[in-house]
Amino acid sequence: MAEHAAVVGIGQTKYDAKRLDVSQPGLVREAAIRALEDAGLEWKDIDAVVIGKAPDMFEGVMMPELFLAEALGGVGKPMLRVHTAGSVGGSTAIVAASLVQAGIHERVLTVSYEKQSESNAMWALSIKMPFAVAMVAGAGGFFAPLIRGYMQRSGAPEDTGIRVALKDRQNALKNQYAHLQMPDISFDMIANSPMLWDPIRYLETCPSSDGACAMVIADAKHTKASGRPAAWIHATNMKTEPTLFAGRDQVMPQAGLDCSAELYKKAGIQNPRAEIDCAEIYVPFSWFEPMWMENLHFAPINEGWKMTYEGATAIDGDMPVNMSGGVLSSNAIGASGMIRFAEAAMQVRGQAGEHQIEGAKKALGHAYGGGSQYFSMWIVGDQPL
Amino acid sequence: MSEEQEPVTRIITPVKVDYEYTPGVTSERFLLGLKQGKLLGAACDECGRVYIPPRGACPRCAVPTSKIRELAHKGTIITLTIVRVPSDNIDVELPYCAASILLDGADISMTGLIQECPFEEVRIGMRVEAVWKPEAEWDPAHR
Repeated sequence: MAEHAAVVGIGQTKYDAKRLDVSQPGLVREAAIRALEDAGLEWKDIDAVVIGKAPDMFEGVMMPELFLAEALGGVGKPMLRVHTAGSVGGSTAIVAASLVQAGIHERVLTVSYEKQSESNAMWALSIKMPFAVAMVAGAGGFFAPLIRGYMQRSGAPEDTGIRVALKDRQNALKNQYAHLQMPDISFDMIANSPMLWDPIRYLETCPSSDGACAMVIADAKHTKASGRPAAWIHATNMKTEPTLFAGRDQVMPQAGLDCSAELYKKAGIQNPRAEIDCAEIYVPFSWFEPMWMENLHFAPINEGWKMTYEGATAIDGDMPVNMSGGVLSSNAIGASGMIRFAEAAMQVRGQAGEHQIEGAKKALGHAYGGGSQYFSMWIVGDQPL
Repeated sequence: MSEEQEPVTRIITPVKVDYEYTPGVTSERFLLGLKQGKLLGAACDECGRVYIPPRGACPRCAVPTSKIRELAHKGTIITLTIVRVPSDNIDVELPYCAASILLDGADISMTGLIQECPFEEVRIGMRVEAVWKPEAEWDPAHR
């Protein structure tokens, strides 16, 4: 059996369209310092650093982990960089956790970031491939057809996505770090926003954000000695599948179904909807909430939309989802997965402030990336498993 | 020289990299097929599923797709989107309808533009047919 590991410190930057006041090193350091302060630790207490971000093409900085080593106190320590596309923030946290669970290190700092103001993700995701006509316009161009496929097979009401966007944008008002703060948000405002990649409307889409998220993950000895609230890592899991293969269900990827089923088994969870108190999941386009509710076994296939529709995923529902406002409200791409994992940890540590779910004891963090092909997830609890 | 200059905090430095691509044996056969007005897929040696364009191997079975299959120019729309957002790398005029099309006899969909009917008439499950440019414009390298 692996060693127990727990999140003992969390730091986030304010997410914003342009953090012109900091460089990339300054951005990651801001989150890292906050995580260390939250953990009551200093740089010298950290054994290793694990960093993640989305493709290098975004900012055009090749191997950014090299030039960020000093800013993250990585000099003279093991430093790893993780990359699994949009799910990278989650898989980075899992790599950091595994170093502690394996007994290799006692306290690991993990950080994920993106500085979209220094990049052009739409361009980087629509690279003209040789011998083919370029037609897939960025992430929205790739995911819009999958959403339409889901709408067709589930028969979900057409305003399901608008309802998700309204909920997440309202939740963001309770999160001081959220990028988009829209106090006057309304159903009609979302419904009337321009169609970008039909059926995805502008206000059903995530923003482009600058930001970083950091966590300190410690072994049981240090966690108990710290005397601070901890998010004990009950289980982690990752699964991958190719972007394209004959018979692939891109709407409901098998890798995601398998990943979550295995995760629950590892965490001793039999009925996820009943046993998990809240979840932070990767929803960059509104419709992915109902789709992932099914992929995560919270709802039967083709019925995920009912959870949104009935208010189950609202902050006062029976299965709150994205209390922080989610990716729809802050999308520093490389950080987005880690923010989900960190927000889940914040809930069981009771430190989520205005968007805290009262008495949350068990929470799910989820991220996906690529063409719905990389999945990373964890379950954290207020007590060790 | 002005004494009160703003400090430089950001510069834009465009990077350009030119690649020379080689399509490889499998893609070359597909591209040469296009040049002759044919849609050439390839079937997996193990499961028999037909890939188009073929990539040389079946990701499910991890074996070569060595059996060439000439496919019909007709198929069914699996799903679609109407793109209204510009992108630096895309030359297609906005808005446009991009559809995933499963050609008859294929087991994986291809993306194609639907340009011969109004967007509001395009539906999942709709039957479609390839419309080829004039032969003089056939350039399978898409330069």
